[in-house]
Amino acid sequence: MNAFARIVWFVVKKDLTVEVRSLEILSTTMFFAVTVVLMFSFGLVVDGRPLNDVAAAILWVAIAFSGTLALGRTFERERHNDTLRALLLAPADRPALYVGKLLGILLLLGLVELVLVPLIGLLFNAPVIEQAVPLLLLVGAGTLGFAAVGTLFAAMLVRARSRDVLLPIMLYPMTVPVMIAGVRGTAALFQPTPDAAVAQFWLSLLAAFDVVFVILALWTFEPVMTD
Amino acid sequence: MRLLRILFVLAALTAVPSVALSKEAQPKPPADFVPVENAPPGEQIPAMPLLGTAYGFIWVGVFGYVWSLARRLRKVETEIAELEAKRR
Amino acid sequence: MALAAGMFAVAPWMIDAAPYEATMGLVYKIYFFHMPSAWMFLTAAIVAGVASFRLLFLKRPRADHWVTAAAELAVVFGAFTLVTGPLWARKAWGVWWVWDARLTSSLMLFMIFVAYLLLRKYGGPGSDKLGAGLALFGMANVPFIYVSVNYWRTFHPPTSVVPTLPVAMGIPLWYCVTAFTLLFVILLRLRARLEHQRARVEALYLAEDEA
Repeated sequence: MNAFARIVWFVVKKDLTVEVRSLEILSTTMFFAVTVVLMFSFGLVVDGRPLNDVAAAILWVAIAFSGTLALGRTFERERHNDTLRALLLAPADRPALYVGKLLGILLLLGLVELVLVPLIGLLFNAPVIEQAVPLLLLVGAGTLGFAAVGTLFAAMLVRARSRDVLLPIMLYPMTVPVMIAGVRGTAALFQPTPDAAVAQFWLSLLAAFDVVFVILALWTFEPVMTD
Repeated sequence: MRLLRILFVLAALTAVPSVALSKEAQPKPPADFVPVENAPPGEQIPAMPLLGTAYGFIWVGVFGYVWSLARRLRKVETEIAELEAKRR
Repeated sequence: MALAAGMFAVAPWMIDAAPYEATMGLVYKIYFFHMPSAWMFLTAAIVAGVASFRLLFLKRPRADHWVTAAAELAVVFGAFTLVTGPLWARKAWGVWWVWDARLTSSLMLFMIFVAYLLLRKYGGPGSDKLGAGLALFGMANVPFIYVSVNYWRTFHPPTSVVPTLPVAMGIPLWYCVTAFTLLFVILLRLRARLEHQRARVEALYLAEDEA
């Protein structure tokens, strides 16, 4: 394995080891996500029937909210133990650090979504199992885009004041295309006659977003973290 | 900042004649008032309040911003003057 | 300062703009301020993006002054655009707001710059670089927002009023554009100057501490 991949692996392993010991971030984020879904469901279900496309919207809003929470908590942990500075001081490729953190977040969010998506299917009779593969791709691509921007911003904010509220303030406007694409693509899949073409369009937009923003984040990570 | 103050005064002076002129040039709104909700778009709806608000907002905005900028600049310049005087 | 000449040119614009306006349905006159505001909004956003790039990648620390100045102007002119637009839309379309491509992307861009200002104000030290990163990402985001919303809501036709305006309307329009551009340039320079002076104050304090 070359140096880059090794560093990525080290970072991921470190985060996993720390998390597995307490499972703190995973369990609290998971429960938070479920609560968000339920809250919105209560609000948006009228006469026992949900409004159109509400299931898709709720799923993605829950992902956004819990993702923000997870990002904040993960980097708060770094800040608390001052490990970020140690990481930055290490003779490691900065972009590799970014990728390592990103993969950790993706893993965390992926586990949360593994619970959320079936829950949505349950609550809204959404065709989650039939559309499993396209859904997997959509949710995966959207989460990647969201996490790519989020990891960069969260890392940037580690040493800033008011970082808790600044992260969503910065992150949400930036990830509007991800949200739009995710919701519309998922809604297309959840329709009584699923519209594969539309979903595919949104998926390709998400893929383009992912590529552009991961590259941009890799590029910006270095100058933004040097201080 | 003297120059900003001059800008202020000048712009304020131009406000009066321009408002007067614009009031003259506009046609009067129609006597029979059609509430916006009922009239299909494109019909003659009293637009003066909207127009007035829009222009007024921009006016207030521009002036407000220039004033805020002038105030901040003045504050910084006095601070610099104080610091430099102390240094000597 | 050479700014004086520019300022005096900006000041009398108000007088001249009013009588020139064509009486093509009263409320359309909002356009004369709405469009230049929108142009300046986008220009400010681009300036902020370019300056951010210079700050982060060309390592020019003073570019930060321009990012802050441009971001603040983006919020100001963005606010002008986002207020005059709905006021016009209320009469022209019957509604205050629609979620079409242009409006949504403008709103998002506006929010990104508000976020920038909040970050600079409350983020503490080091937020200049963070803000620059934010501004850069904001720039990169604009095409995506535009594309996605274009396919999301195919409700209203695009708001692009025809550039083939009759001359009577063309003159005041270009006059206003010129006036707004001048205003923008002057304000940008002044605002950047404010940042520069603030930096000087910091340097003076530091020198005092060392002495």
